[in-house]
Amino acid sequence: MQRQEAVMKKYNGKSAFGGIAIGKSIVYRKKEDQVRRSHITDVDAEILRVNKAKERAKEELQKLYEKAFVEVGEENAMIFEVHQMMLDDQDYMDSITHMIKNEEINAEFAVAATGDNFAGMFQAMEDEYLRERAADVKDISNRLIKILQGNKDNVTESDEPYILVADDLAPSETLQLDKSKVLAFVTRKGSTNSHTAILARMMNIPALIGVDYDEDCDGKSAIVDGYEGTFIIEPEKEIADTLIKKQQNELYKKKLQQELKGKENITKDGKKIEIYANIGSVSDVAGVLQNDAGGIGLFRSEFLYLEKNTFPTEEEQFLAYKTVVENMAGKKVIIRTLDIGADKQVDYFCLEKEENPAMGYRAIRICLNQPDLFKTQLRAIYRASVYGKVAIMYPMIISVDEVKKIKEIVKLVKEELTLQGIPFTEVEQGVMIETPAAVMISDQLAKEVDFFSIGTNDLTQYTLAIDRQNPKLDPIYDAHHPAILRMIQMVIENGHKGGCWVGICGELGADTTLTEEFLSMGLDEVSVSPNLVLSMRETVRNIDLSSSK
Amino acid sequence: MKEFSYVIKDALGIHARPAGLLVKKAGTFKSDITITKGEKTADSKKIFTVMSLGVKQGDEITIRFTGEDEEEAYTVIETFIKENL
Repeated sequence: MQRQEAVMKKYNGKSAFGGIAIGKSIVYRKKEDQVRRSHITDVDAEILRVNKAKERAKEELQKLYEKAFVEVGEENAMIFEVHQMMLDDQDYMDSITHMIKNEEINAEFAVAATGDNFAGMFQAMEDEYLRERAADVKDISNRLIKILQGNKDNVTESDEPYILVADDLAPSETLQLDKSKVLAFVTRKGSTNSHTAILARMMNIPALIGVDYDEDCDGKSAIVDGYEGTFIIEPEKEIADTLIKKQQNELYKKKLQQELKGKENITKDGKKIEIYANIGSVSDVAGVLQNDAGGIGLFRSEFLYLEKNTFPTEEEQFLAYKTVVENMAGKKVIIRTLDIGADKQVDYFCLEKEENPAMGYRAIRICLNQPDLFKTQLRAIYRASVYGKVAIMYPMIISVDEVKKIKEIVKLVKEELTLQGIPFTEVEQGVMIETPAAVMISDQLAKEVDFFSIGTNDLTQYTLAIDRQNPKLDPIYDAHHPAILRMIQMVIENGHKGGCWVGICGELGADTTLTEEFLSMGLDEVSVSPNLVLSMRETVRNIDLSSSK
Repeated sequence: MKEFSYVIKDALGIHARPAGLLVKKAGTFKSDITITKGEKTADSKKIFTVMSLGVKQGDEITIRFTGEDEEEAYTVIETFIKENL
């Protein structure tokens, strides 16, 4: 189908997650793309464009006709033939070409205007059946416009899996993707710690950031090398072959890890640690069970608030929690209360614009300031507790006072439920340690709760005073900074003294170069992306703390 | 020039499918073929004008053929209309 020689192009970026993906690349277009009117100088060229687009449209319709003929019979397939005739209709084409000639405007606009006019003609008819034909003429016009614009307006229209290429993707946009079709993420913006990077790790697919791709890569075959950080369009055979081999090696390694299922998370010298998984939606539970995690160490509840235009009801929340808890069949599920703010904006919350949203009105601060909102979530969680083993943790804690206020509200919720005869059971109470303040008073906090979970992403951000969404700062963002490691040690010691177990749910927990150190500090639990559970287990089983270094 | 008149029997009148077939058939002939309903006349090789006539059940239409193959066109189209509409 391509007349020109395929020219290989290579783009360099930074890896946000490893792995090799091979497939068609699709450039993400936001839905607001509209037909714009623009002045053109070469009328003949524009008319040629329209005629070419028309031929392409007729080919598409021919394929549709043939498919429909087989599936629903000739009579019902006829409509595609009618569409072809509409495209060929002299009046229709004349209208378009006259507009291009007389007004010197672009083909897309001429087609859109003609489509609207003809549709209007049908809509004005008495006969209802004819009025409905307005939809047909709009349909063929849109088909022409899409071909002229040379893109797909909606990524999810792809039948086959694809590599998603975008300038950047907001959390709400990635939420709407059919994730089973995405092979990899390639973005121009973003940093290794931004939302898409984290999502890619959760999905276990390669991700690149900082790739200055050309828009014409849309629809072309491509390879993403998540190890080297390269994005290759129309790769030459040799290069493609090498990368395919690399991909196969990785798959083989992963297969080996599967053999670790059912084995204990225990070091050679007998030290145990819980390996749990982090999830952000109900459907992620499948991955948790497949990868044999011991529980869910972080159930991010934001998805309930992000997918909607209004606050989720207690019932909606309850059903989501119940489903996850039930599916985990008695394995612990730690639900984190809503952590909205910063990079997870939602309009209906009516949050004011802030200079520093990362340090602003968010998470537990919203909950304590809007107790009704908080109680709804707490009620839903407590109601779900009877279906399995549930724990709660509260984000962004900075004081004992906050925890005391939380406990009062929890007490109220329990009293209400008891009064209403709604059953619930005991729910372990924990806090996220993700602010330097919380670290420094962890000895006092330990007396108030049952466990700590260290949110290393935000803790590192606040401690090193580095914005994790600014790629410029990546070179100085040292996740292994001694300040952080000392903090973790302190939190574990204080936690244990106060009778708490301590875990890590941030990304540092998945860093296998630190696992031995964490184990010797006495870390009780680590919670990682589901697909990292087994490699974490392998790492733990190969550690021998008793051998001196 | 040849012509014939006909009263539409089909409950749906000239709708998308037969309009398409009619336009397709008319297109195979060299002659000019027009359809008239009341005051309005449409070129039967142009699907939008045929449809815009809004021919319904009970309407009377007149089909006119002018050109070198008008005899053949007349026979084929008359048969088509009587069988489908």
